This record gives sequence, structure tokens and C-alpha cells, in this order.
Amino acid sequence: MNWETVIGLEVHVQLATCSKIFSGASIAYGAEPNTQACAVDLGLPGVLPVLNKEAVRMAVKFGLAVNAQIASRSVFARKNYFYPDLPKGYQISQYELPVVGPGSLDIEPEGTDVRRIGITRAHLEEDAGKSLHEDFHGMSGIDLNRAGTPLLEIVSEPDLRSAKEAVAYLKKLHTLVRYIEISDGNMQEGSFRCDANVSIRPEGQAEFGTRAEIKNLNSFRFVEKAINFEIERQIDVLEGGGTVVQETRLYDSDKDETRSMRGKEEANDYRYFPDPDLLPLDIAPELLDEIRASLPELPDAKKERFVETYGLSAYDAGVLTASREMADYFETVVERSSADPKIAANWVIGELTGALNKAGIELGQSQVSAEQLAGLLDRIADNTISGKIAKEVFDAIWNGEGSADEVIDRRGLKQITDTGAIEAVIDEVLAANPGQLEQYRAGKDKLFGFFVGQVMKKTQGKANPSQVNQILKEKLK
Amino acid sequence: MYDKTLAELSSGLRSGAFSAVELAEHFLARTERFHTQLNCLISVSPELAMARAADADRQRAEGDSRPLLGIPLMHKDIFCTEGVKTSCGSKMLDNFVAPYESTVSRKLKEAGTVMLGKTNMDEFAMGSSNETSYYGPVRNPWDTDCVPGGSSGGSAAAVAARLAPAATGTDTGGSIRQPASLCNVTGLKPTYGRVSRYGMIAFASSLDQAGPMAATAEDCALLLAAMAGFDPADSTSLDRPVPDYQSTLTNSIKGLKIGLPKSFFSTGLNSAIAQVIETALSEYRQAGAELVEVDLPHMHLSVPVYYVVAPAECSSNLSRYDGVRYGHRADSPKDLEDLFKRSRDEGFGAEVKRRVMIGTYALSAGYYDAYYRKAQQIRRLISEDFRQAFEKVDVIMGPTSPTTAFKIGEKTDDPVSMYLSDIYTIAVNLAGLPGISIPAGMLNGLPVGLQIIGNYFDEGRLLNAAHQYQLLTDWHKKIPEAFC
Amino acid sequence: MSLSSDEVRKVAHLARLGIEESAISEYAEQLSRILELVEQMQAVDTEGVEPMAHPQDISQRLRDDEVTETDQRDRFQEGAPQVESGLYLVPKVIE
Repeated sequence: MNWETVIGLEVHVQLATCSKIFSGASIAYGAEPNTQACAVDLGLPGVLPVLNKEAVRMAVKFGLAVNAQIASRSVFARKNYFYPDLPKGYQISQYELPVVGPGSLDIEPEGTDVRRIGITRAHLEEDAGKSLHEDFHGMSGIDLNRAGTPLLEIVSEPDLRSAKEAVAYLKKLHTLVRYIEISDGNMQEGSFRCDANVSIRPEGQAEFGTRAEIKNLNSFRFVEKAINFEIERQIDVLEGGGTVVQETRLYDSDKDETRSMRGKEEANDYRYFPDPDLLPLDIAPELLDEIRASLPELPDAKKERFVETYGLSAYDAGVLTASREMADYFETVVERSSADPKIAANWVIGELTGALNKAGIELGQSQVSAEQLAGLLDRIADNTISGKIAKEVFDAIWNGEGSADEVIDRRGLKQITDTGAIEAVIDEVLAANPGQLEQYRAGKDKLFGFFVGQVMKKTQGKANPSQVNQILKEKLK
Repeated sequence: MYDKTLAELSSGLRSGAFSAVELAEHFLARTERFHTQLNCLISVSPELAMARAADADRQRAEGDSRPLLGIPLMHKDIFCTEGVKTSCGSKMLDNFVAPYESTVSRKLKEAGTVMLGKTNMDEFAMGSSNETSYYGPVRNPWDTDCVPGGSSGGSAAAVAARLAPAATGTDTGGSIRQPASLCNVTGLKPTYGRVSRYGMIAFASSLDQAGPMAATAEDCALLLAAMAGFDPADSTSLDRPVPDYQSTLTNSIKGLKIGLPKSFFSTGLNSAIAQVIETALSEYRQAGAELVEVDLPHMHLSVPVYYVVAPAECSSNLSRYDGVRYGHRADSPKDLEDLFKRSRDEGFGAEVKRRVMIGTYALSAGYYDAYYRKAQQIRRLISEDFRQAFEKVDVIMGPTSPTTAFKIGEKTDDPVSMYLSDIYTIAVNLAGLPGISIPAGMLNGLPVGLQIIGNYFDEGRLLNAAHQYQLLTDWHKKIPEAFC
Repeated sequence: MSLSSDEVRKVAHLARLGIEESAISEYAEQLSRILELVEQMQAVDTEGVEPMAHPQDISQRLRDDEVTETDQRDRFQEGAPQVESGLYLVPKVIE
């Protein structure tokens, strides 16, 4: 039988506010345990939550970016359960009325057409603390620094049909939240976490199969591997005559398998009800307009514009718009230099990205600034140096030797464009290689390249290649 | 000195008749002498009080003449106070010293008051008789075999016996007004949102409201002025100016329209109490007020609605007491579940557990709509009844409590009959309206209170109506003989 | 509406109350009486009535995104049942 996979994702995005969602404690990562847990975060008796304006704005920003309906009135609810890292015995979340309603996100998994993935909702909630399992005389330690950190939980429709699509969706979402600057998206630090609901059904069947929820997938690679493992597991179960159990499963990256959390998690009854400490959240139309006006150009629109304005291929435009920093870098280069945007794109995607990867650093830490790269491209455009020499100059800039002009000057890399000088070198080369010249004249056209090479060698690459070509052609006529 | 009202003590301080230190000494001595007999205090803080009184005298010497400067008072043990234990009447918090100050106690402190101690109360404010306290029942100064009412029973008893001229209370379903009625003091529950709930240990968040308890309406006006106001730390606190309650006390009540709900005076009301209330109402009529019958058709449902809404909220509010970060923790728990279950079983008393279980049940899957949602719908109907009534009248009057103080132990085995003690007060909390109880008479040596209910933010009018009555009567001046 | 002992056990577990087995039946009886009282609500037609969660119909006020709290760990942990290295200790959490 052919099976169809059905996947829905729940992504928890940590919002890049300064303070917590309901208190004035810092959310900075990596502080000493419990030093950023204030009275409200600790759930001390009598304390009360007050909602962070920025968290609301960020949620709305996201909603607008995925063309979602923004609820004019949403409600915070309490999700009740006992856990030592949940200080109040309930999590403040949104249940019946989330701030962000239905929207969508277009994905383009490699080699396929654009697919529109439905977003069911996105709601604001607070994060819980952490249990540390290092051994404290057989006990666990509770750190509540993370408790109260603002999260946006983004729930997709079960529209994804493969692990690849799931990853494409996640990457797109990851790009988007960083674009609109609502999250740093740092997966290692848990700023972007994903749970996957996975089920399978016989191809052509309308009803969904029973799903398993895979918890806490913290890298794109693990998402793909975990989903693929889970699909195979469910197929094995069904083809072996069994039934899939609705349950929560944990992905073990060491063993590359998912395993049931059954027994550790009982049937929950969260007893949601509206939080009486918080009033309904109203979003006024004016606020909505203000946030809409503050939205940056979104990745899809930017990509389209790059294709149209700069004449880039869809692929290059996609690569350059994958992050806002990259796109901004590229546009600065284009703005500051007279080079063809396509050449600028090649340099950013090729040389620059290569150097960053090699050094293992992010664009923000690049040792060649957009302005420096623009200066370099200008020297190629005005024939001061050749593309080949430019790579040497790039490396020099990377190593801190200054601007393109400084490097060219200091190293004497200025291109030779004086026709007389080039002719003289060509004459020397022809005179020094009579054998090759004879063979060429006898019809061995391939030797043309040999002569060019010799000229370039003699000029240490500084001769203008097109002039060399032209004069050589004349001479060999 | 003890028989003076807060307002009189305030003038005495201003005129230099006595100092804040002398006042504090006087009331601390009375407290020392009487409080064990009444069991109305959980903590007494004489050193702190004397230091604060000395500060107040110094400030006065420097020219400070604010009305509450140097006035001694007591706080219900539900308000977090830095440096003095805040138990909320529970074993769960027997060891809890809050590292922060509640907004109410902070504002009163900033106004210059001198805290003498923290008053006993029903555990987590759940009770109508002050018998659910971990620290034992409070006794009514009018008859020490009787309850003082609850949950602010310690505050009511302390003020009735004049161990302090004033105390704070909280009112979730009648917890200021009912003990005020049973102890012959004046107690005001303000509009929901008028006084900040920050640092006040939550029972039922959408109903809880703090208010003053003292001998007179004038005293309550002075206290409310200091307690009320917007607090950015409480999302449900309302950003509205605090009126000058003092200046409107003397307004004439001629033409005041008083609504009398049929349901308050129908079957079930003890005829002797009805008589006392009728007498009080005739005072108003003679003063020129107009009595009008009003209908609150859903009134009879307020107790059932309350016993869904309040337990539902408390079941969640009390989940934080898990033995992890503060409060009672069971000895050597064998695992997490054991830690939670035993700490909570040992830390909470029976009434708290009953309400937590009722609330948990009402919110649980399959019952939410039939209980919680239904209750919140009827809550709106009740609130709508009041809205319509207040289109016709300025205030609503009736009894505060269906009975006078009952015997300790009389209702402890029957939670439902205990719940009915709040039959006249609960609807006010469900709607979020202000209400006041004032001394209006005596039956067999036990006080009877008159309840006045006002429209939203109409505390000024309530205090005015109460003050005018107190100018005409002297029930509020009565102090039980044993404490004179 | 009455609650069985089993239902009381279930609710007590949800609320993490370790009620003694000997007390279960008394709780069942008392809670059933409370539910009987509450049952009066069912007689009212509430079709179309908006549930009322707050006494006032106003909306949530928002706080500026500012860090206003400083580290007070030592004070907060003064009365804590068990702490070590700044952490609250609990019996082993099994995940």
C-alpha cells in the first residue's frame, strides 16, 4: 500500500523582548540560576502579572507577516498542571481566543512548486523554568530564570506531506521571525523549538490517521530525521497489523529514534479557564495600522524585487534573501558600487559566503564590510584590476590590510591597460616561443590560451585580459 | 483613648493631646491584655510599631499633618508585609515572611499609619466564621462563645474590642461586611479594581477586594482615601482619580433614593433582624430619603454561582503552594508526586481542600460548561439586575447577614449552611459593586448590621449615607463591656 | 448531582491533594451537598448570555518592555524548603 504522510507543526518562538511577558525581570540568556526569577516569576503569594506591550506588538507583527487575522479581542487563560518548573501550578497561555488567527506561509521545497501551508493560529504564552538533572544527592535542581519568558506558539494546519516539507516550512518560519525581528531564532538556546504531529494514511483516504506528537526538536536536521523515523515506525506498525497509539514521543538524537513517553505523562486535564488576573487584550485598529507600517519588506517580496530590479536568478535571489542581514549586505554593496548587481551577487554568494563558512562566523562578524566589497567591485568595473586579482585583494582585505585601493596600491596590483606596454610584452612572449608560434600558425588554435597565459604570467596577472586577447588576436592574424 | 474614633484620634494627634508613641503604647497594652482571649491576632509587632510611631512623631514635629500620621492599625494576615510573617491563616504559610510589601499596606504605611500586628482570619479567606484558621477560631467580643464572622473576623473583633482603631480586611463574598455586621463595626468593600490587589494573597481573583474596617464611616473614608488608587502592578486595578470622600460625608441625604430588594426581605429573613433593618430604614425615611422597592430576580442564585466561581479560581490560585519554593513542605518526600500531595494535604485545612476540589471538578473536562461557564453566565444576569436597579435608585439597602453571630462550632459540620451566611453579600462581589455594613442595632446583646450597596465607584455616596445615619444613631459607638 | 468516592479520588489527584483514604467518603458526602446547592443554576435559561469573567468590561493595560527587577535570589530563597547552588531542590524529576 502507498502511505501518505500528514504533518502539523507547533513551533515555540522565544520573543526578543528585554523583559519577561508578565514581569520586569530580564530574559538575558545564561545568567546564574534563579537570579532572573523575580517575585512574579516565582509565583510568590499575592503577586500579579502585567502584560508586556512589546510581546503583544511582536505577536501582531508576526500575524501581519503571515496575512493572518488579528483578533481585536483575545483572552489569556490558565493551563493548570503541576510540575516543579511551573511555579504557579498553571501556565498563562491563550486558549479559546488567540491573538493571531488563521494565516498562511508559502514554502518552496527544493525541486517542487510553491505550496501554501495554513497557519491555524499563533498565541502568546509564558515559558516554564528548567529542571537540572545533575545529581544533587539524588534530587533535581530547579532554575526558574526561563520562567515567564515570552513565547509565541505558532500552530500549522496538518498541511505538510513530508519531512522535507516540514523542514522547508520551519526554515521559512525561522527566516521570517528573524526578518521581522521578533526572535533571534537561536536554536541551541531554545529560542526556536518545534513539536511535530505526525500521522500516516493510505493514499486517497480523506480521514487523518492517529497521530503521534514528537516533542522538542531543536535542529532542522533532527526534525527531518525524527519525522522520517516516525513515518517508518508507523508504517511498520500498520503494515504489521497493529494500530498507532495517540501519544507523545521523544526524539533521541543519539539513537536516531523516537520513543514513547507513555507512563511518564498521564492523561492531562488542563482545566483551562480565563485568567482572572488579566483582562481581555484589545488591539485597536490604530495600533494595527502602526505595526503594519513598521513591518519590514518580507522575504518573499524582497526576493521578487531582487529578481525584477537586479535581474538575478530566482535561486540567487532566494539565497540572498534567506536572511535580512545577507539581503541588506547585498543591497549596500549594490548601492555603494557601480558594479553589475549580478556580479555583486556572485561575490556575496561565492567569495564572501565561502570565507564566512571557512572562518565559521556569521555575516555580522564578516571581516570584509559591504562598503569594502563595493570598493573592490568598483576596481573590477573600472578595469583597475581583473576578477582574478580581485580575489587576492579580497583575501587581503579579509586579513585586515585595508581597503581595496590601499591593497592594490601597496601591492602594485593595478592592471596594465597601456596598449603599448601590453604589445611589448606580447612581442616578447612570441619571440621567446617560436615553436608554439609555428604550431599555432599551422592551425593549432588551442595554443591561443597558452600565449594569453604567458602574457599574464609575465605581467603577474596585471595585464587587462580583454586587451591582451584583442592585441594578441591582431598580432597572430 | 481607646473609645475614640480614628478621626478623633487624628485630631488628638494634630492638637498634641497625645503623641503617636503614646497612642501605640496604649493600643499595644490593650492588645497585650485582650488578644489571647479573642485570638484575633496571628502576629503582634510591638518593636516595629514603636519605631514607626516614633518616626511619625518626628515627622509631625517637622510639620507633617496628614490625617493618618501616627494612627495605629492592624492588617489582616492576607496582606504581605516585609519583615512580619504573612500566614493567610494557613499552616501552609506558617513560616512565610514575604520579601515584599502589599500595595495596600505600603500605601497605608506611606500615609503614616503604625502597624501593631496582623489579624487572624479564615484560612486563605475561605470561611464565614473564622473557624477555619490554622491558628484557631477568633472569638466575638460581644459573646466569646460566638464567632466574629469571617473571613476578616480577626480584624472585626480587634476593632470591636478597640484593640486598634482600625484594621484592613478583604472581601470576596462578604468577608468584610459580614464580620463587621456580627461585631458592630463599620466595614467597606470598595468597587472591584478600586484598591490594588498586589501583595494581597489571592483567594478568588475576580472577586477579591480589600477595604477598611473601623468604628465609623468617617474613619473608613479616611482609610479608603489612602488605600484606593491605580496600581501599575495590578492589571485589574482601575485608573480613575480617587475622590475626596471626606468632603462628601456631610452632603444631605434628602431625596436619596433607597432601593429595597424584595428578595432581601422575603422568606428566610429572621423577623427580629427584619425589624432592626426596618427601624434603620425609617431613620432614613425621616431624614428625607425615599424608599423604593426594586427587583433583583437572580439574587437567589448568587450563592450557587459563587460556589462555582470562587472555588474554580481558588483551585488554580492555590496550585502554587507545592512545597518547592516556599511554604510548608512534607518531610522526606519519596518522589515528586508525594512531595506535592503530602505538602498540600498537610498544609491545607479541610475547608480549603473542599473548595479546591469543588473548583477542580467544576473546571475539569466535561463539566466546564455545566458549571463554570453556566455560573459566569448567571453572574452576568445578576450584574444586569443591579444595573437595572441602579437606573431607578441611588443605593440599595438591606440586612448584611441573615443572622446575628452564631455559636462557635454550630455550623462547622455543615458547609452549606455556613455558605448561606453570605446570602446577602455575595451578589455584590459577583457584580463587583461597592458595599458597606454599618452597626444598626442589637438583638439579645448581639450586633446587627445594615448593608448599603452602591453603584460602581460610588463609595463616596455609600460613606455619605452611612455617615448621615451615624450622626443620627449611636449603635456604632457601642463597645462590649468586657473590653471597656 | 453527587460525587462518588472514585470521583473524589480523581479530583484530589488532579489537585494534588493527598487525601487520607479514611476521609474520602466524608469529602464525597460534603462535596455532593455543595454540588446540590450549585445545581439550582441548571434551572436558569442562559442561552446567548455572554459569560462574565470580570466585574468590569475593560481591556488589558500593557506594560512597557523594561527590565525593572534586580537579582534578589538570596532574599527569595531565605525561606525556601531546600536550596543548593541557587537551585530549588526537589525529588528527582524523571523525563
